[in-house]
Amino acid sequence: MADTVSGGQSAFAPPKPGFFGRNRDTILRTLIPIGVVICLILLWQLIITVNGIPQYILPGPLAVAGSLYNDWGTLWPALWVTTQITMQALALALIGGVGIAIFLVQSKWIETAFYPITVILQVTPIVAIAPLILIYAPTTQVALLICAFLVAFFPILSNMVQGLKSVDHNLLNLYDLYGASRWQTLLYLKLPSSLPYFMTGLRIGGGLALIAAVVAEFAAGSAGAGSGLAFRLLESQYRLNIPRLFAALVLLSLLGVVIFAITSFISWFFLHRWHESSLKREN
Amino acid sequence: MTTYQAPLMPAPGDSRRRPLVVMRNVSKQFSSGTLALSDMSLTVEGGEFVSLLGPSGCGKSTALRIIAGLGDVSAGTIDWPSSRINSKGLPEGDISFVFQEPTLMPWQTVFGNVYLPLKLRGISKSAARDEIMKTLSTVGLQDFADAYPRELSGGMKMRVSIARALVTRPKLLLMDEPFAALDEITRQKLNDDVLRLWRETGITVIFVTHSVFESAYLSNRIVVMKARPGRVHADFPLKTSMSRDAHYRTSEDYRRACEKVSTMLLEAIGGEEH
Repeated sequence: MADTVSGGQSAFAPPKPGFFGRNRDTILRTLIPIGVVICLILLWQLIITVNGIPQYILPGPLAVAGSLYNDWGTLWPALWVTTQITMQALALALIGGVGIAIFLVQSKWIETAFYPITVILQVTPIVAIAPLILIYAPTTQVALLICAFLVAFFPILSNMVQGLKSVDHNLLNLYDLYGASRWQTLLYLKLPSSLPYFMTGLRIGGGLALIAAVVAEFAAGSAGAGSGLAFRLLESQYRLNIPRLFAALVLLSLLGVVIFAITSFISWFFLHRWHESSLKREN
Repeated sequence: MTTYQAPLMPAPGDSRRRPLVVMRNVSKQFSSGTLALSDMSLTVEGGEFVSLLGPSGCGKSTALRIIAGLGDVSAGTIDWPSSRINSKGLPEGDISFVFQEPTLMPWQTVFGNVYLPLKLRGISKSAARDEIMKTLSTVGLQDFADAYPRELSGGMKMRVSIARALVTRPKLLLMDEPFAALDEITRQKLNDDVLRLWRETGITVIFVTHSVFESAYLSNRIVVMKARPGRVHADFPLKTSMSRDAHYRTSEDYRRACEKVSTMLLEAIGGEEH
């Protein structure tokens, strides 16, 4: 049906690029950044080799790759722990953020009473309360989870509150006019119309959850078998195993990229049919 | 599967000449202290096409919103002599509202937007489908059921909004400057559509506008309002021997109607100076 709509305009539009043209564009868009990264890695290796920089100061990409391969047995469980903490924290933050946002917008009084508390929680640097959380939490893992949750939770909450309050007033009037119940208005109007705000919260929260999981582990100083990548990073530094430190770093940024890609895809998937942020400009 | 069937429209002549909504001495004061309406009385009968015309700030939109039950009155009463009213004192399902903006949900298709009033009544999508498609075809949008609002022109969006208002087959259609944001050609086309729907369905329309030409073209009764505070300045029927078609716009009847409305409007505006 969308074809029918745009069909009338296409007579005046410039001819669309053919399959090959579009394909070449996609290939270039993928190849150019990859090429740049490869060049930088080669340059890195070249500088190391030419200047003879020792591995404990700055390892070359080959040494890092070697460490990734050799230490995979240590790094993989750590990566898994960090991924788990990040994802669990994000999931809890989504449930909590959306739930509390819905609670807050129920009445002006509730918002007045509770919103300042959430702001105080947010502006307090999480590293500062990490030692406290460590005391009260039953295990280090739970402490890390709480820290990561607290950080990821606020952007989701504040975006969601903003979204729930930005509903078109005339649409609210319309729902009133048709005698919609509170529940119907929430389900059919307020939640869908705050979806773009939720997605912004999700993308920010996803990135912050990973950062918080790492920072909290630095602060908590967890150790042993159940520890995440942040601990492996510190441990490598103490042992002057700099290639492994770099390997842990590479894994962390890869995890960040994957989280970014997933949250961006979710956002695109739910918004691309109707929201301006996901549309291509037509001129 | 049971199909949702909207109640049949009363035949023309049947419900006509019976008061549909009666405003008695209605005043409305906003919390800011502004007196938007002062002692306004208005009776609209079934089958009428009434235009509320006046300068900005004369309370015509406020009056329309009060009739729709959007906001309370400060004084006075609103009665619905020929409707069953619900606990809020509103005639359930008998009124529809068309805003100045199309006010569509961008995440819903055209079909989903028109389905909304029926969905809120708990009617299933499959049961409502026939009624929705029929309503869409009365505004010429049957081929656009699956399109999203952003894919439509301004005029088409307005048609969706009208279809949504008509899908419940209301007795009274309230329109708040619905075509003010559209270009002249689209506006004339939509005016003709509204007139056709009014004639075909026997629906009662209260139409807020600030255009002399629009009100003279559409209505069979005009209520001119005065500002600060908002009140009725003049209330008169428009008699015309001609049916409103393409020729009407160039006819003597139309010219005279415009003249009369224009005179009344100037009076209303003139009276408010000093």
